[in-house]
Amino acid sequence: MEKLNGLRCRECGRRYPATPVHVCEFCFGPVEVDYKYDVLRGVVTRESIAAGPKSMWRYKDLLPIEGDVAVGHHVGFTPLIRAHNLADELGCREIWIKNDSVCHPTWSFKDRVVAVAVTKALEFGFDTVACASTGNLANSVAAHAAEARLKSYIFIPADLEQGKVLATLVYSPTLVAVHGTYDEVNRLCSEIADKYRWAFVNVNFRPYYSEGSKSYGYEIVEQLGWKAPRHIVVPCAGGSLITKIWKAIKEFKQLGLVDGPVATRMYAAQALGCGPIVTMIKKDTDVLVPVKPNTIAKSLAIGNPADGYYAYRTTKESGGSGEHATDEEIIEGMLLLARTEGIFTETAGGVTVAAAKKLIETGVIPRDESLVICVTGNGLKTPDALYDRLEAHVKIKPSLSAFDQALADLKSQTAQEGR
Amino acid sequence: MTPMARMRVRLTFPTHLIQEPIVYRLVKDFDIVINIRRADVKADHGWMALELDGDEAALERGIRWLKDTGIQVDPLEHDVVIP
Repeated sequence: MEKLNGLRCRECGRRYPATPVHVCEFCFGPVEVDYKYDVLRGVVTRESIAAGPKSMWRYKDLLPIEGDVAVGHHVGFTPLIRAHNLADELGCREIWIKNDSVCHPTWSFKDRVVAVAVTKALEFGFDTVACASTGNLANSVAAHAAEARLKSYIFIPADLEQGKVLATLVYSPTLVAVHGTYDEVNRLCSEIADKYRWAFVNVNFRPYYSEGSKSYGYEIVEQLGWKAPRHIVVPCAGGSLITKIWKAIKEFKQLGLVDGPVATRMYAAQALGCGPIVTMIKKDTDVLVPVKPNTIAKSLAIGNPADGYYAYRTTKESGGSGEHATDEEIIEGMLLLARTEGIFTETAGGVTVAAAKKLIETGVIPRDESLVICVTGNGLKTPDALYDRLEAHVKIKPSLSAFDQALADLKSQTAQEGR
Repeated sequence: MTPMARMRVRLTFPTHLIQEPIVYRLVKDFDIVINIRRADVKADHGWMALELDGDEAALERGIRWLKDTGIQVDPLEHDVVIP
Protein backbone atom coordinates (compact mmCIF):
# COMPACT_ATOMS: atom_id res chain seq x y z
CA MET A 1 0.00 0.00 0.00
CA GLU A 2 1.39 3.37 -1.06
CA LYS A 3 0.40 5.38 2.02
CA LEU A 4 2.94 8.22 2.29
CA ASN A 5 2.79 11.52 0.44
CA GLY A 6 6.24 12.21 1.83
CA LEU A 7 7.13 15.08 4.16
CA ARG A 8 5.49 18.46 4.46
CA CYS A 9 6.69 21.67 6.10
CA ARG A 10 4.52 22.55 9.08
CA GLU A 11 4.99 26.26 8.35
CA CYS A 12 5.04 26.91 4.60
CA GLY A 13 3.52 23.61 3.41
CA ARG A 14 6.34 22.84 0.97
CA ARG A 15 6.60 19.13 0.18
CA TYR A 16 9.62 16.82 0.25
CA PRO A 17 10.08 13.14 -0.58
CA ALA A 18 10.25 10.75 2.39
CA THR A 19 13.98 11.07 3.08
CA PRO A 20 15.96 11.85 6.25
CA VAL A 21 15.14 15.57 6.12
CA HIS A 22 13.89 17.42 9.18
CA VAL A 23 14.01 21.12 8.29
CA CYS A 24 12.38 22.90 5.37
CA GLU A 25 15.16 24.20 3.12
CA PHE A 26 13.14 27.32 2.36
CA CYS A 27 11.71 28.60 5.63
CA PHE A 28 13.66 26.46 8.13
CA GLY A 29 10.37 25.23 9.59
CA PRO A 30 10.03 21.64 10.86
CA VAL A 31 8.69 19.02 8.46
CA GLU A 32 6.33 16.19 9.28
CA VAL A 33 5.11 13.00 7.65
CA ASP A 34 2.11 13.41 5.37
CA TYR A 35 -0.18 10.42 4.73
CA LYS A 36 -2.60 9.54 1.96
CA TYR A 37 -5.69 9.39 4.13
CA ASP A 38 -7.91 8.71 1.13
CA VAL A 39 -5.93 5.49 0.57
CA LEU A 40 -5.99 4.55 4.25
CA ARG A 41 -9.71 5.11 4.70
CA GLY A 42 -11.52 1.80 4.49
CA VAL A 43 -8.23 -0.16 4.56
CA VAL A 44 -7.45 0.65 8.18
CA THR A 45 -10.47 -0.58 10.11
CA ARG A 46 -11.19 -1.62 13.68
CA GLU A 47 -11.03 -5.20 12.49
CA SER A 48 -7.69 -4.81 10.71
CA ILE A 49 -6.23 -3.16 13.81
CA ALA A 50 -7.65 -5.78 16.18
CA ALA A 51 -6.16 -8.52 14.00
CA GLY A 52 -2.68 -7.03 14.49
CA PRO A 53 -0.14 -7.83 17.20
CA LYS A 54 -0.66 -6.71 20.79
CA SER A 55 1.92 -3.97 20.40
CA MET A 56 2.16 -0.51 18.86
CA TRP A 57 2.61 -2.23 15.50
CA ARG A 58 -1.12 -2.98 15.29
CA TYR A 59 -1.20 0.64 14.01
CA LYS A 60 1.67 0.13 11.55
CA ASP A 61 -0.44 1.34 8.62
CA LEU A 62 -0.67 4.72 10.34
CA LEU A 63 3.06 4.92 11.08
CA PRO A 64 5.76 5.95 8.56
CA ILE A 65 7.12 2.43 8.14
CA GLU A 66 7.00 1.06 4.60
CA GLY A 67 8.73 -2.33 5.03
CA ASP A 68 8.60 -4.91 7.80
CA VAL A 69 8.93 -4.01 11.45
CA ALA A 70 12.60 -4.51 12.26
CA VAL A 71 12.99 -3.90 15.99
CA GLY A 72 10.92 -3.36 19.10
CA HIS A 73 8.31 -5.96 18.21
CA HIS A 74 6.84 -5.80 21.72
CA VAL A 75 6.75 -2.03 22.23
CA GLY A 76 3.49 -0.48 23.33
CA PHE A 77 -0.07 -1.68 23.93
CA THR A 78 0.52 -0.83 27.57
CA PRO A 79 -2.29 -1.01 30.12
CA LEU A 80 -5.02 1.62 30.30
CA ILE A 81 -6.09 1.27 33.90
CA ARG A 82 -9.40 2.41 35.38
CA ALA A 83 -8.14 4.24 38.46
CA HIS A 84 -11.06 3.78 40.85
CA ASN A 85 -9.08 4.55 44.00
CA LEU A 86 -7.51 7.71 42.61
CA ALA A 87 -10.92 8.81 41.32
CA ASP A 88 -12.42 8.27 44.79
CA GLU A 89 -9.61 10.27 46.36
CA LEU A 90 -10.08 13.17 43.93
CA GLY A 91 -13.87 12.97 43.97
CA CYS A 92 -14.13 12.11 40.27
CA ARG A 93 -16.31 9.71 38.34
CA GLU A 94 -13.91 8.34 35.74
CA ILE A 95 -10.13 8.50 35.73
CA TRP A 96 -7.85 6.33 33.62
CA ILE A 97 -4.09 5.93 33.77
CA LYS A 98 -2.33 5.20 30.48
CA ASN A 99 0.65 3.41 31.93
CA ASP A 100 3.80 3.54 29.79
CA SER A 101 5.94 3.01 32.89
CA VAL A 102 5.75 -0.64 31.82
CA CYS A 103 6.50 -0.09 28.13
CA HIS A 104 8.83 -2.77 26.78
CA PRO A 105 11.84 -2.78 26.70
CA THR A 106 13.13 0.28 28.60
CA TRP A 107 10.11 1.39 30.64
CA SER A 108 9.17 4.67 29.04
CA PHE A 109 7.15 5.94 26.09
CA LYS A 110 10.44 6.72 24.34
CA ASP A 111 10.45 3.09 23.19
CA ARG A 112 7.60 3.99 20.85
CA VAL A 113 9.46 6.79 19.07
CA VAL A 114 12.80 5.00 19.02
CA ALA A 115 11.32 1.76 17.61
CA VAL A 116 9.99 3.78 14.65
CA ALA A 117 13.23 5.75 14.21
CA VAL A 118 15.47 2.67 14.28
CA THR A 119 13.20 0.72 11.94
CA LYS A 120 13.26 3.70 9.58
CA ALA A 121 17.05 3.94 9.89
CA LEU A 122 17.30 0.34 8.67
CA GLU A 123 14.88 1.09 5.82
CA PHE A 124 17.09 3.98 4.70
CA GLY A 125 20.21 1.78 4.94
CA PHE A 126 21.91 3.61 7.84
CA ASP A 127 24.40 1.64 9.93
CA THR A 128 24.63 4.00 12.92
CA VAL A 129 22.06 5.58 15.19
CA ALA A 130 22.69 8.38 17.67
CA CYS A 131 21.09 10.69 20.19
CA ALA A 132 22.03 13.23 22.82
CA SER A 133 20.27 12.34 26.01
CA THR A 134 20.67 12.12 29.75
CA GLY A 135 17.96 9.57 30.45
CA ASN A 136 15.04 7.69 28.94
CA LEU A 137 15.88 8.43 25.30
CA ALA A 138 19.48 7.25 25.72
CA ASN A 139 18.28 4.01 27.35
CA SER A 140 15.91 3.31 24.50
CA VAL A 141 18.24 4.19 21.61
CA ALA A 142 21.03 2.02 23.02
CA ALA A 143 18.65 -0.91 23.61
CA HIS A 144 17.03 -0.79 20.16
CA ALA A 145 20.38 -0.31 18.43
CA ALA A 146 21.63 -3.44 20.19
CA GLU A 147 18.62 -5.38 18.96
CA ALA A 148 19.06 -4.02 15.43
CA ARG A 149 22.81 -4.78 15.50
CA LEU A 150 23.49 -1.16 14.58
CA LYS A 151 26.31 0.97 15.91
CA SER A 152 25.12 3.59 18.36
CA TYR A 153 26.57 6.82 19.70
CA ILE A 154 25.08 8.43 22.77
CA PHE A 155 26.19 11.97 23.66
CA ILE A 156 25.98 13.21 27.23
CA PRO A 157 27.26 16.22 29.16
CA ALA A 158 30.49 15.15 30.93
CA ASP A 159 29.20 16.14 34.36
CA LEU A 160 26.33 13.62 34.30
CA GLU A 161 26.52 11.28 37.31
CA GLN A 162 27.71 7.72 36.63
CA GLY A 163 24.50 6.31 38.08
CA LYS A 164 22.45 7.96 35.33
CA VAL A 165 24.35 6.29 32.50
CA LEU A 166 24.42 2.67 33.68
CA ALA A 167 21.02 1.87 32.19
CA THR A 168 22.44 3.04 28.85
CA LEU A 169 25.98 1.64 29.09
CA VAL A 170 24.67 -1.86 29.69
CA TYR A 171 23.68 -2.10 25.98
CA SER A 172 27.28 -1.35 24.87
CA PRO A 173 26.82 1.84 22.87
CA THR A 174 29.69 4.27 22.32
CA LEU A 175 29.08 6.82 25.01
CA VAL A 176 30.62 10.22 24.31
CA ALA A 177 30.87 12.52 27.32
CA VAL A 178 31.27 16.11 26.13
CA HIS A 179 32.99 18.69 28.30
CA GLY A 180 31.25 21.99 27.94
CA THR A 181 28.16 23.96 28.82
CA TYR A 182 24.72 22.61 27.98
CA ASP A 183 24.53 25.06 25.05
CA GLU A 184 27.87 23.89 23.67
CA VAL A 185 26.87 20.22 23.85
CA ASN A 186 23.59 21.11 22.18
CA ARG A 187 25.23 22.88 19.27
CA LEU A 188 27.89 20.22 18.82
CA CYS A 189 25.24 17.50 18.54
CA SER A 190 23.37 19.49 15.90
CA GLU A 191 26.62 19.87 13.91
CA ILE A 192 27.42 16.16 14.24
CA ALA A 193 23.94 15.28 13.00
CA ASP A 194 24.54 17.57 10.03
CA LYS A 195 27.98 16.20 9.16
CA TYR A 196 27.77 12.43 9.61
CA ARG A 197 25.43 10.10 7.79
CA TRP A 198 23.92 8.78 10.99
CA ALA A 199 20.34 8.40 12.08
CA PHE A 200 20.33 11.02 14.84
CA VAL A 201 16.92 10.04 16.11
CA ASN A 202 15.72 13.37 17.45
CA VAL A 203 17.42 15.51 14.80
CA ASN A 204 17.45 14.30 11.18
CA PHE A 205 15.03 11.43 11.97
CA ARG A 206 12.70 13.59 14.03
CA PRO A 207 9.79 13.57 11.53
CA TYR A 208 9.66 9.75 11.68
CA TYR A 209 10.67 9.35 15.31
CA SER A 210 7.98 11.68 16.63
CA GLU A 211 5.24 9.82 14.74
CA GLY A 212 5.77 6.86 17.09
CA SER A 213 4.05 8.85 19.83
CA LYS A 214 0.77 8.61 17.92
CA SER A 215 0.50 4.98 18.99
CA TYR A 216 0.00 6.17 22.58
CA GLY A 217 -3.07 8.10 21.46
CA TYR A 218 -4.44 5.30 19.26
CA GLU A 219 -4.21 2.92 22.20
CA ILE A 220 -6.14 5.25 24.50
CA VAL A 221 -9.03 5.40 22.03
CA GLU A 222 -9.05 1.69 21.22
CA GLN A 223 -8.75 0.65 24.86
CA LEU A 224 -11.68 2.91 25.78
CA GLY A 225 -13.80 0.93 23.32
CA TRP A 226 -13.15 3.22 20.30
CA LYS A 227 -14.14 6.32 22.22
CA ALA A 228 -12.15 9.47 22.79
CA PRO A 229 -12.02 10.63 26.42
CA ARG A 230 -13.22 14.09 27.39
CA HIS A 231 -9.89 15.18 28.90
CA ILE A 232 -6.24 14.08 28.58
CA VAL A 233 -3.44 15.45 30.75
CA VAL A 234 -0.06 15.02 29.07
CA PRO A 235 3.46 15.68 30.38
CA CYS A 236 5.37 18.13 28.20
CA ALA A 237 9.13 18.22 27.68
CA GLY A 238 9.87 18.93 24.00
CA GLY A 239 6.12 19.27 23.46
CA SER A 240 5.81 16.63 20.74
CA LEU A 241 3.82 13.97 22.64
CA ILE A 242 0.74 16.13 23.27
CA THR A 243 0.60 17.15 19.60
CA LYS A 244 0.89 13.54 18.44
CA ILE A 245 -1.79 12.20 20.80
CA TRP A 246 -4.07 14.90 19.44
CA LYS A 247 -3.07 14.03 15.86
CA ALA A 248 -3.82 10.35 16.58
CA ILE A 249 -7.32 11.12 17.82
CA LYS A 250 -8.03 13.33 14.81
CA GLU A 251 -6.72 10.67 12.41
CA PHE A 252 -8.93 8.01 13.99
CA LYS A 253 -11.90 10.34 13.63
CA GLN A 254 -11.02 11.09 10.02
CA LEU A 255 -10.80 7.35 9.28
CA GLY A 256 -14.19 6.72 10.89
CA LEU A 257 -12.80 4.65 13.77
CA VAL A 258 -14.17 6.67 16.71
CA ASP A 259 -17.65 6.26 18.14
CA GLY A 260 -19.48 9.51 18.76
CA PRO A 261 -18.14 13.05 18.59
CA VAL A 262 -14.57 13.93 19.48
CA ALA A 263 -14.72 16.58 22.20
CA THR A 264 -11.38 15.80 23.80
CA ARG A 265 -9.55 18.61 25.55
CA MET A 266 -5.77 18.39 25.79
CA TYR A 267 -3.89 19.71 28.83
CA ALA A 268 -0.14 20.29 29.12
CA ALA A 269 1.52 19.42 32.43
CA GLN A 270 4.95 20.81 33.33
CA ALA A 271 7.08 21.46 36.38
CA LEU A 272 7.03 25.02 37.67
CA GLY A 273 10.84 24.94 37.50
CA CYS A 274 10.74 24.20 33.76
CA GLY A 275 7.37 25.09 32.36
CA PRO A 276 7.75 27.34 29.31
CA ILE A 277 4.85 25.70 27.44
CA VAL A 278 2.39 26.02 30.32
CA THR A 279 3.55 29.62 30.77
CA MET A 280 2.60 30.28 27.12
CA ILE A 281 -0.81 28.74 27.75
CA LYS A 282 -1.42 30.73 30.93
CA LYS A 283 -0.36 33.98 29.28
CA ASP A 284 -2.13 33.01 26.05
CA THR A 285 0.82 33.96 23.88
CA ASP A 286 2.40 32.07 20.99
CA VAL A 287 5.85 33.30 22.00
CA LEU A 288 7.89 30.77 23.91
CA VAL A 289 10.42 32.26 26.29
CA PRO A 290 13.22 29.71 26.91
CA VAL A 291 14.05 28.94 30.55
CA LYS A 292 16.92 27.35 32.47
CA PRO A 293 15.47 24.17 34.02
CA ASN A 294 15.43 23.97 37.80
CA THR A 295 13.23 21.06 38.84
CA ILE A 296 13.35 17.51 40.15
CA ALA A 297 11.38 16.46 37.05
CA LYS A 298 14.57 15.78 35.09
CA SER A 299 12.82 13.80 32.38
CA LEU A 300 10.82 16.92 31.46
CA ALA A 301 13.70 19.38 31.78
CA ILE A 302 13.79 20.95 28.32
CA GLY A 303 14.09 24.71 28.59
CA ASN A 304 13.72 25.48 24.89
CA PRO A 305 11.32 22.86 23.53
CA ALA A 306 11.29 22.29 19.78
CA ASP A 307 7.53 21.71 19.65
CA GLY A 308 6.57 24.25 22.31
CA TYR A 309 4.60 26.39 19.87
CA TYR A 310 2.73 23.37 18.47
CA ALA A 311 1.97 22.07 21.98
CA TYR A 312 0.46 25.45 22.82
CA ARG A 313 -1.57 25.38 19.59
CA THR A 314 -2.86 21.89 20.45
CA THR A 315 -4.24 22.99 23.82
CA LYS A 316 -5.87 26.03 22.16
CA GLU A 317 -7.37 24.06 19.29
CA SER A 318 -8.80 21.39 21.57
CA GLY A 319 -10.15 23.83 24.16
CA GLY A 320 -7.80 22.59 26.87
CA SER A 321 -5.17 24.39 28.91
CA GLY A 322 -2.17 23.62 31.11
CA GLU A 323 -0.92 23.54 34.66
CA HIS A 324 2.39 23.75 36.50
CA ALA A 325 3.42 21.58 39.46
CA THR A 326 5.94 22.56 42.11
CA ASP A 327 8.59 20.05 43.17
CA GLU A 328 6.64 19.40 46.36
CA GLU A 329 3.45 18.79 44.38
CA ILE A 330 5.34 16.46 42.03
CA ILE A 331 6.48 14.28 44.93
CA GLU A 332 2.95 14.32 46.35
CA GLY A 333 1.63 13.29 42.93
CA MET A 334 4.03 10.34 42.72
CA LEU A 335 3.09 9.23 46.24
CA LEU A 336 -0.63 9.68 45.57
CA LEU A 337 -0.51 7.47 42.47
CA ALA A 338 1.58 4.83 44.24
CA ARG A 339 -0.67 4.85 47.34
CA THR A 340 -3.96 4.70 45.44
CA GLU A 341 -3.17 2.62 42.35
CA GLY A 342 0.05 0.76 43.10
CA ILE A 343 1.91 2.46 40.24
CA PHE A 344 5.40 3.84 40.80
CA THR A 345 5.99 6.49 38.16
CA GLU A 346 8.97 8.74 37.62
CA THR A 347 8.75 12.45 38.42
CA ALA A 348 7.12 13.18 35.04
CA GLY A 349 4.14 11.06 36.13
CA GLY A 350 4.09 12.99 39.40
CA VAL A 351 3.80 16.14 37.29
CA THR A 352 0.77 14.88 35.37
CA VAL A 353 -1.00 13.57 38.47
CA ALA A 354 -0.31 16.84 40.32
CA ALA A 355 -1.41 18.96 37.35
CA ALA A 356 -4.57 16.88 36.88
CA LYS A 357 -5.39 17.26 40.59
CA LYS A 358 -5.06 21.05 40.34
CA LEU A 359 -7.15 21.18 37.15
CA ILE A 360 -9.86 19.17 38.91
CA GLU A 361 -9.76 21.20 42.13
CA THR A 362 -10.00 24.47 40.23
CA GLY A 363 -13.00 23.21 38.27
CA VAL A 364 -11.25 23.30 34.89
CA ILE A 365 -11.79 19.54 34.53
CA PRO A 366 -15.31 18.69 35.74
CA ARG A 367 -15.46 15.80 38.23
CA ASP A 368 -18.13 13.94 36.26
CA GLU A 369 -16.27 13.72 32.94
CA SER A 370 -13.80 11.11 31.71
CA LEU A 371 -10.13 11.91 32.23
CA VAL A 372 -6.99 10.13 31.08
CA ILE A 373 -3.75 10.90 32.92
CA CYS A 374 -0.62 10.06 30.96
CA VAL A 375 2.13 8.22 32.84
CA THR A 376 5.14 7.93 30.57
CA GLY A 377 8.03 6.59 32.65
CA ASN A 378 8.97 4.29 35.51
CA GLY A 379 9.88 5.41 39.01
CA LEU A 380 12.36 2.59 39.55
CA LYS A 381 14.80 4.30 37.19
CA THR A 382 15.10 7.42 39.33
CA PRO A 383 14.23 6.50 42.92
CA ASP A 384 16.63 9.21 44.14
CA ALA A 385 13.80 11.72 43.69
CA LEU A 386 12.27 10.21 46.82
CA TYR A 387 15.40 10.07 48.98
CA ASP A 388 14.74 11.53 52.42
CA ARG A 389 11.00 11.38 51.76
CA LEU A 390 10.30 7.79 52.76
CA GLU A 391 11.40 5.72 55.71
CA ALA A 392 10.56 2.44 57.43
CA HIS A 393 7.84 3.23 59.97
CA VAL A 394 8.52 0.51 62.48
CA LYS A 395 11.86 -0.71 63.72
CA ILE A 396 11.82 -3.54 66.28
CA LYS A 397 13.97 -6.14 67.97
CA PRO A 398 13.55 -9.71 66.65
CA SER A 399 10.97 -10.83 69.21
CA LEU A 400 7.23 -11.43 69.08
CA SER A 401 6.62 -9.25 72.14
CA ALA A 402 8.43 -6.35 70.48
CA PHE A 403 6.19 -6.76 67.42
CA ASP A 404 3.04 -7.00 69.59
CA GLN A 405 3.99 -3.74 71.27
CA ALA A 406 4.78 -2.02 67.96
CA LEU A 407 1.45 -3.15 66.49
CA ALA A 408 -0.43 -1.83 69.49
CA ASP A 409 1.40 1.48 69.21
CA LEU A 410 0.56 1.72 65.50
CA LYS A 411 -3.13 1.03 66.12
CA SER A 412 -3.21 3.64 68.84
CA GLN A 413 -1.46 6.14 66.56
CA THR A 414 -3.90 5.41 63.73
CA ALA A 415 -6.87 5.85 66.09
CA GLN A 416 -5.54 9.20 67.26
CA GLU A 417 -4.96 10.37 63.68
CA GLY A 418 -8.49 9.25 62.85
CA ARG A 419 -9.99 11.51 65.49
CA MET B 1 41.80 33.79 7.23
CA THR B 2 40.07 30.51 8.05
CA PRO B 3 37.92 28.51 5.60
CA MET B 4 34.47 29.77 4.68
CA ALA B 5 31.66 28.14 6.61
CA ARG B 6 27.88 28.10 6.80
CA MET B 7 25.82 27.94 9.94
CA ARG B 8 22.10 27.72 10.67
CA VAL B 9 20.99 29.18 13.97
CA ARG B 10 17.98 30.35 15.86
CA LEU B 11 18.34 33.55 17.86
CA THR B 12 16.03 34.41 20.73
CA PHE B 13 15.95 38.04 21.84
CA PRO B 14 15.05 39.17 25.35
CA THR B 15 12.89 42.28 25.73
CA HIS B 16 15.74 44.72 26.37
CA LEU B 17 17.49 43.83 23.10
CA ILE B 18 14.47 44.03 20.80
CA GLN B 19 15.38 47.56 19.73
CA GLU B 20 19.04 46.80 19.07
CA PRO B 21 20.28 46.50 15.43
CA ILE B 22 21.74 43.05 16.01
CA VAL B 23 21.69 41.87 12.39
CA TYR B 24 23.39 45.06 11.24
CA ARG B 25 26.19 44.58 13.80
CA LEU B 26 26.77 41.00 12.66
CA VAL B 27 27.17 42.15 9.07
CA LYS B 28 29.20 45.26 9.80
CA ASP B 29 31.48 44.10 12.62
CA PHE B 30 32.00 40.45 11.68
CA ASP B 31 31.56 40.51 7.91
CA ILE B 32 28.92 37.77 8.04
CA VAL B 33 26.43 37.28 5.20
CA ILE B 34 22.99 36.86 6.73
CA ASN B 35 19.90 35.30 5.22
CA ILE B 36 16.80 35.62 7.41
CA ARG B 37 14.57 32.61 6.68
CA ARG B 38 11.88 33.04 9.28
CA ALA B 39 11.32 35.41 12.18
CA ASP B 40 8.76 36.67 14.65
CA VAL B 41 9.59 39.86 16.48
CA LYS B 42 7.07 41.33 18.87
CA ALA B 43 7.26 44.30 21.21
CA ASP B 44 8.59 42.28 24.13
CA HIS B 45 10.22 39.24 22.58
CA GLY B 46 11.48 37.87 19.31
CA TRP B 47 13.26 35.13 17.44
CA MET B 48 14.92 34.67 14.06
CA ALA B 49 15.96 31.61 12.08
CA LEU B 50 19.08 32.58 10.15
CA GLU B 51 21.60 31.18 7.73
CA LEU B 52 25.04 32.66 8.30
CA ASP B 53 27.90 32.54 5.78
CA GLY B 54 31.40 33.77 6.47
CA ASP B 55 34.92 33.11 7.53
CA GLU B 56 34.80 30.26 10.08
CA ALA B 57 36.62 32.19 12.79
CA ALA B 58 34.48 35.28 12.17
CA LEU B 59 31.33 33.17 12.56
CA GLU B 60 32.59 31.86 15.90
CA ARG B 61 33.42 35.41 17.05
CA GLY B 62 29.99 36.60 15.95
CA ILE B 63 28.23 33.80 17.83
CA ARG B 64 30.29 34.57 20.94
CA TRP B 65 29.40 38.26 20.66
CA LEU B 66 25.70 37.41 20.37
CA LYS B 67 25.84 35.26 23.50
CA ASP B 68 27.86 37.87 25.43
CA THR B 69 25.28 40.46 24.42
CA GLY B 70 22.51 38.36 25.99
CA ILE B 71 20.98 36.73 22.91
CA GLN B 72 20.23 33.02 23.11
CA VAL B 73 21.82 31.13 20.22
CA ASP B 74 20.45 27.67 19.50
CA PRO B 75 20.51 25.16 16.67
CA LEU B 76 17.36 25.23 14.50
CA GLU B 77 16.31 22.09 16.36
CA HIS B 78 16.21 23.98 19.69
CA ASP B 79 17.23 21.64 22.53
CA VAL B 80 18.94 18.61 21.03
CA VAL B 81 20.14 17.17 24.33
CA ILE B 82 17.00 15.77 25.87
CA PRO B 83 16.19 13.62 28.89
